[in-house]
Amino acid sequence: MNKLIQIHPQDNVLIVRQSIEPGDKEMINDAEIVFDKPIALGHKIAAIHLQKGDVIIKYGVPIGSATMELVAGTHIHLHNMKSDYIPTYTLDEEFIHAK
Amino acid sequence: MQGYLRSDGRKGIRNVIVVAYLVECAHHVAREISSSFKGQNVHLIGFPGCFPNAYADRIMNALCIHPNVGGALLVSLGCESFNRNRLLENIHASGRPGHLVGIQKQGGTRKAVSDGKEWVANALKEIEKVEKVDMQISDLIVGTVCGGSDATSGITANPAVGRAFDRLVANNGIAIFEETGEMIGLEGIMSKRAVTPELSEELRKSVEKAAKYYTIMGHGSFAPGNADGGLTTIEEKSMGAYCKSGNSPISGLIKPGDVPHKAGLYLMDVVPDGEPRFGFPNISDNAEIVEMIASGSHLILFTTGRGSVVGSAISPVIKICANPETYERMDEDMDINAGKILLNKATLDETGNEIFEKIIEIASGGLSCSEELGHQEFILTYKTFEPIGPSCLPQ
Repeated sequence: MNKLIQIHPQDNVLIVRQSIEPGDKEMINDAEIVFDKPIALGHKIAAIHLQKGDVIIKYGVPIGSATMELVAGTHIHLHNMKSDYIPTYTLDEEFIHAK
Repeated sequence: MQGYLRSDGRKGIRNVIVVAYLVECAHHVAREISSSFKGQNVHLIGFPGCFPNAYADRIMNALCIHPNVGGALLVSLGCESFNRNRLLENIHASGRPGHLVGIQKQGGTRKAVSDGKEWVANALKEIEKVEKVDMQISDLIVGTVCGGSDATSGITANPAVGRAFDRLVANNGIAIFEETGEMIGLEGIMSKRAVTPELSEELRKSVEKAAKYYTIMGHGSFAPGNADGGLTTIEEKSMGAYCKSGNSPISGLIKPGDVPHKAGLYLMDVVPDGEPRFGFPNISDNAEIVEMIASGSHLILFTTGRGSVVGSAISPVIKICANPETYERMDEDMDINAGKILLNKATLDETGNEIFEKIIEIASGGLSCSEELGHQEFILTYKTFEPIGPSCLPQ
């Protein structure tokens, strides 16, 4: 079963709709990606190759930008993207982004 | 559906006695009174502040004459600033039983508790006589809020609530969505849905105000659990939250305590006006729930991915769980399992219809999960608002 969905045709991220286990394989951007780490329900995966500074599109609208180069299949979260409005606060200091 | 007919023509889906403390110093006495009626329709509400605040005064007045409220007991220490006499006058003017217990006047805790309990016991009998009349969807005001959001909220529960809201509005009901702090980045898309260009400008300005306010506070409407659940930025959370509003045109912009009277979809602006003075706009989800109830909401649709358990005083809360894994762990707290959409077991439209049917069931007297579990959370703090302008509620 395909564990990823694209919410909007313009999105450059895919959403995990059932938790991914290590060893799971998915076709992304015409290439087979084998996941080596678990990725939880609801998280984002790069659908295409993205450059640092590229806008991340979900629901067909910008939701922030990439802070580093991301190959298709990369788990996208606080460690490699940021808000273009208000920095995100988490309990883990290392993830707090300077604006 | 049948409702309790009130003197202002509104109809309630519940008939509760509220016990309201008018300062934190009266909280214990009020709780002693209300908790002795556990399992009956007696709910504890209150305002902890001793300094006067026009917003808190307005909300407390709106709540004590809410259509779901049959009567109110006010519990005062005696030296606080709250205008207890005017509140009591308003309760009486609405035809409801009302009573004031002054702790200092009564001679202390024990006497005040005893007087309050006696009054509530009698009031419960008195409000049984309130006339019940037929009630339509067009008599209902429904608010929506999300809490404990994760990345599933924006793809299952929230758009499903949007479908239910569309159906509610199509049936001439009133729907309220809120939290402009979670529309940051979406002001352009949202303001296009306004029924007039002037309202469109007001919607855009309300989100701008929220962005400025949260920037000064140094922290957006984003909790660490949101990130654990796969949400990375406020824009992403915003877009997920925004779809609760559905696709209906936006008929107006209200502030807490403004009650819409015309069918349609309304945005509630909960961010205070002026420079930040009293801290964050809403310190937790129940603050927004209280504000939507003060604006007349008979019931609240609460979507959650991480798993919130809250209910509310006065109006039932229907909980819609977005995440199928959360639902499995916390099903006793959840009224609707929207997570099944992710497992291809239901469509958004089917889940939207299920929510709509649940609204009717709960409005007809069925208990929501949080009501059955005894949840009656309530919080009210300091805020400052300017009144809304004429372009906010186009005729």
